[in-house]
Formats: sequence, C-alpha cells, structure tokens
Amino acid sequence: MNALLHCRVLTRRFGGVTALDGLDLSLPRGEILGLIGPNGSGKTTFFNVLTGIYAPSSGHIEFDGRDISACTPQQIYRAGIARTFQRSRLNLELSIFENLMIGNHKRLNSSLWFNLMQRGALAAEVGAAYTEARELMRTFDAPLADRLDEPMAGFTMIDRRRVEVCRALISRPKLLLLDEPSAGMTHEETRALMDDILQARERIADLTIIIVEHEMGVIERITDRCVVLNFGQKIAEGKYREVAQDAKVQEAYLGVESIHEG
Amino acid sequence: MTLLALAAAAIAAYAAVLLHAEDQRLIGALIVLGFGTAAAAAKFGLLSRLGQAGRAHPRLAPLLAVAALIALILVLREDHFALLMIGTTLLYCVACWGLNLQFGRAGVVNFAGAAFFGTGAYTTAVLAAHTALPHWLIVLLAGAVAALLGSLLILPILRTRGHYAALITIAFGILFKTFLEVNDALGGPQGLKLPGFTLFGWNLNDNITVGEQELSFYVAYIALALVLAIFAFLLVRRLEHSWIGLNFDAVRMDELAATTFGINVARWKITAFSIGNFLAGLAGSVQATMLGFIAPNNFTLSDSLIMISIILLGGLGSFWGVPLGAAIVLILPEKLQVIQEYRFLLFALLVVAVLLLRPQGLVPRAQRSFTDRIR
Ligand SMILES: Nc1ncnc2c1ncn2[C@@H]1O[C@H](COP(=O)(O)OP(=O)(O)OP(=O)(O)O)[C@@H](O)[C@H]1O
Ligand SMILES: [Mg+2]
Repeated sequence: MNALLHCRVLTRRFGGVTALDGLDLSLPRGEILGLIGPNGSGKTTFFNVLTGIYAPSSGHIEFDGRDISACTPQQIYRAGIARTFQRSRLNLELSIFENLMIGNHKRLNSSLWFNLMQRGALAAEVGAAYTEARELMRTFDAPLADRLDEPMAGFTMIDRRRVEVCRALISRPKLLLLDEPSAGMTHEETRALMDDILQARERIADLTIIIVEHEMGVIERITDRCVVLNFGQKIAEGKYREVAQDAKVQEAYLGVESIHEG
Repeated sequence: MTLLALAAAAIAAYAAVLLHAEDQRLIGALIVLGFGTAAAAAKFGLLSRLGQAGRAHPRLAPLLAVAALIALILVLREDHFALLMIGTTLLYCVACWGLNLQFGRAGVVNFAGAAFFGTGAYTTAVLAAHTALPHWLIVLLAGAVAALLGSLLILPILRTRGHYAALITIAFGILFKTFLEVNDALGGPQGLKLPGFTLFGWNLNDNITVGEQELSFYVAYIALALVLAIFAFLLVRRLEHSWIGLNFDAVRMDELAATTFGINVARWKITAFSIGNFLAGLAGSVQATMLGFIAPNNFTLSDSLIMISIILLGGLGSFWGVPLGAAIVLILPEKLQVIQEYRFLLFALLVVAVLLLRPQGLVPRAQRSFTDRIR
C-alpha cells in the first residue's frame, strides 16, 4: 500500500464534453508527477475533481488509503490535498499573512468561544502561526518574509505566485497540486520558483507533487514521471524523455504547439 | 492622543449645538459648516492623521467616544427630543454593526434589517405584556428570536446567489410587515403599547433626579442603549481580530478558494447572519421600550433601506463608518425640516455620490492588524 493516490477509470462530463475520460493513475508517495497535454485536455478538470470541486461522473479516487470520490472539498483538504490555481485566486485586499492563514485553516481553531473569549490563547496561536509563516516565506524569498502585513495588491506577479504556493504548503499537505505555476513569468523567475518549491519540499517529509505545466524545461528538470492527457484520456506515461519521443504525444501537440525543450 | 481627544471634544460640542438648535437657518449653516470642516480636514491630511492616531491607540478612540457621548447627554439632559435622537442613533448603530457583519464581512446581503429589528421589538412587546419574565431577559430573548427567524431565511439564501438572495430578503421584509398588519393578536396596523421598562427594580420611565437636577427619562434608555452598543462594539471588534473575521473575508471574497482550503462557506455565512440578526433584534427590543409604542409602519422596507444606506455611506465593513452614517441619515432630516419630505431622494443621491466618489465609503474599512490587536 505504497501509493498515495490511486484513480480508477475517473470520468467527468460537462454536458456533451467528456473533460476527463476513464483516467487510471497511480502515484507513489514522494513522487513529482508532471501532467501535460494540449489546451483543453482536462488537466485542470482533473485537479478540480481531485479536490472535490466537481464530483466525478464515474470512477473512484483513493487517497492515502481512503476513498474520497464522494468527499467535500473541505474533507479532501483536511485529508491532505492542497493546490494552487491556474489563474491566481489570492485575495488582493488581504495581507500576505492573511492569505497564508486561509491556507492554514485546518490547523487554526475557528470555534466561537475560543476566538471571542480566550483571547490570550488566540494571541499565542496567532503568534506561533506568524513565526511559522515567516519561516516558510523565508525559504522562498527572504525580503517577502518581512512584508507579511502588506496587502497582496502591492506585489509583483512572481511574489504573488510565491505566496500562492506557500498558501498551499503551509498546512503541510501530503499532496500538492500545482496548476501552471510558471504562467506569466519569465524563464528566470520560473527557475527560481521551482528551486524554492524543491527546497521547501525538503522540509515536508514525503511531499508528493503533481504539476501541470506548459513549460517543458520545467517538466524535464523536476519531474520523476509524466502523464500526457489528450481529450481527457491518458495517451502516454513514463519519463519525460520517453513520452516526448512518443508518436501519439507528438501528434496531439502538433498544430496546437510544438513540444519544445528549454 | 491629544489629537484624538480634541477631535472627540469638537465632535461632541458640534453635536450638542446642532441637536439643540431650533432655528432652521442656523441648522442649515451648522450642517454646511460640518461638511465643510470635514472636507477641509480631509484635504489637509487631518483625517488620515486622526486615523493613524486611532490605530496607534486602539483602546483610546472608543473610550473617548463614550466620554464624548456622556458629556453630550449631560449637556442635553432636559431636551427629550434630542435625547430620543441620540438613543435611536445608538440603537441603529447596534443594528447596523450587525448588518455590516453580514453584508460587509461575510457578504450576505440583507434587505430585511428592519424586519429583524421589528422582530426584536414585537417579541419584547408580547413578552412584556404576557409574561413575568425579567426585562433584561426579554431583551436577550428578543435578540435570540430574531436570530432564530433568520435561520429560517438562511436556507433559501444559501441556495441562491447574488441578486436572488437579495430578492429573498426583500420579499421577507415585505411579508413581515404584512404579517404584522393582518395579525390582530399583534395589534394589527395600530400596533402595540409597551409597559415601562424595569431593570432590577428600577422603572426606566421615571425621571431621574440627581441632587437639584432633573434628567429626562430618556437618559436611562440611552444608558441602556449605550450598554448594548458597548457589547456590540466588543463583539464586532473581537470577531474582526480573530480567525473568524478572516473566515468571513475569505468567504466573501472568493468562495471557491475558501472551500478549497476547507473553509465551510455555509457555516460562516450562517454565523454572520445569526449574529447580525441577533444584534438587530437586541436593538429593536430596546428601541421598542424606549418609544413605548410600536406599529408595523416602523419596520418597513424603507427602514431596511435606511440601514443599508447607513452602511454604504459609512463604508462596507467599516466600523466607525456606521456611527457617522447613522448620524447623517437619522439626525439630519429630523433637524432640517426642508429635507424631511425629500429625505429618501436625498439619501439615494448621497449614497450614489459616495459610491461614485468614494466607493469605500466615508470611513473606509481599516486593514486588520492581527498581531497587535488581539487580547
Ligand atoms: N465548468 C465547466 N463547464 C463546462 N465545461 C468545462 C468546465 N470545466 C472544463 N470544461 C471543459 O472541459 C475541457 C477540459 O478543460 P480543462 O480546463 O480541464 O483543460 P486544461 O487541460 O486545463 O486546459 P489548459 O491547458 O487550457 O488549462 C474543456 O473542453 C473545457 O471547456
Ligand atoms: Mg488548465
């Protein structure tokens, strides 16, 4: 029972569109899996089904020894899956710290009595969370760690992306889902962000990652294995070098964009 | 610190003169003076300095506000009408802090604020007339009944989004008033009379004599309203500087992101809605006892809209915006008879102007500072 995640014939339909079509996938603990495929091939849908935003039309998901196919997003997050979004979903009016604490929800005490009446204990919890947030932020970008109280709106794209990844990491999930973390960033910035993620991973034992990425250089550099989707179906699986040579994969990408290394 | 104290003293003095004035031309001049001074203070950075001072001494501003209010009440001690206005404004503050928790924080619109206010009022009238419960308990029960009634409404609100949720609350508000009008047990359109309020053996309707001085009996009700306002203040402030306040924000700003991180959207909307209605019910209860008489016409859709305009004028989610908005919306039309008739038109224009020129409201909500405000 070493697999962390096990999906069997996972399918999701939207009206006539089958966005995810009979996907079988098994993910060992600690692996970094690249999920690639042309636009509209169902990558984000897979994340949405995994995190419980959309219920699967059919099929099963087993996570950490438990069937989560019918679980709510809340239950799935508590079970240990956290994600970033393809289009940033940070709350720009809130500070870095507040955004991080939204991601830390399951480790904070939200009871009315605690929050209203036990102010000393609350202050201690806030203090501890603040220290922890600063430490995590420091592994990504030292200057950011000193600006935790500033509203998100004043930060650049790369800083926002860093915060978004930290928001997913701060609850110490078992499985991290990254949906195109490099979108809108330069090669240099992407490289820096990936190094940060790998470094943060050292500190969370056994962190397993699925990364969706169009930047093939990133995929090649950091993934252990790749799964290629096309029209919701898995068309190839293996090391990046192998799948990049695959005739079906090249065909799927043809005319959409040529698969490139960089 | 001195800046804050001076501002509180100036506002109290201004309010005393304005509330006491009778001459319409004088009142008009005073209002122009008030807005002019505020605009000038904003222009010369005085207001932002005040804001900074307030944030630097978070405990001082509320204490000063209470002190200024007490001074104001003592100055106006025999002026029934002015005191009634102060009491009403205080109680509307309590209700609107509640509504702001719903709308400004958790993002649950409620166009039936007056209905929950009225629920508190009618619960009080009925319980005071037909039971021997102590009156302080009746006030609490009035809040609880309002919160309970809200929980009937929350289900359809949670199932719908945006405009539809707003429509549901509007329909509820209208239904509430109609229900009161056709219900003879509740006095029908004529309404109900309330007995005088007794707190721990003391009848609040008795005029108070301190030494030689006679105080209006309204002073006692204002004291009660002030206790309520302090309670509401502590509640709202503590919620704001806690994980719960953050959950409200997360739910309002992005339900999908909140859900993804395990925040139970329904739970926090229900929490905000119930607490808000509880506060509205409490305020309505004390308002009813202060007036001594209630009727369905006190709790119409227009009254709900007045509450919404108070919140929008002051600033969504803003704390100090509520007292300012309430003072503008409730006191100005009472003092300036020329605008009495056109007051709804005037509020509409005022709200539109504020939304266009200062979308965050007159006193924009301050950023939460988690780390140094708790305890
Ligand atoms: N909520 C939805 N309602 C209807 N159709 C949807 C919905 N979400 C996704 N789809 C459809 O499912 C298919 C897969 O979309 P998805 O977003 O998963 O692709 P993707 O691989 O993430 O693409 P991209 O690389 O552009 O992000 C598309 O045809 C899309 O139109
Ligand atoms: Mg996508």
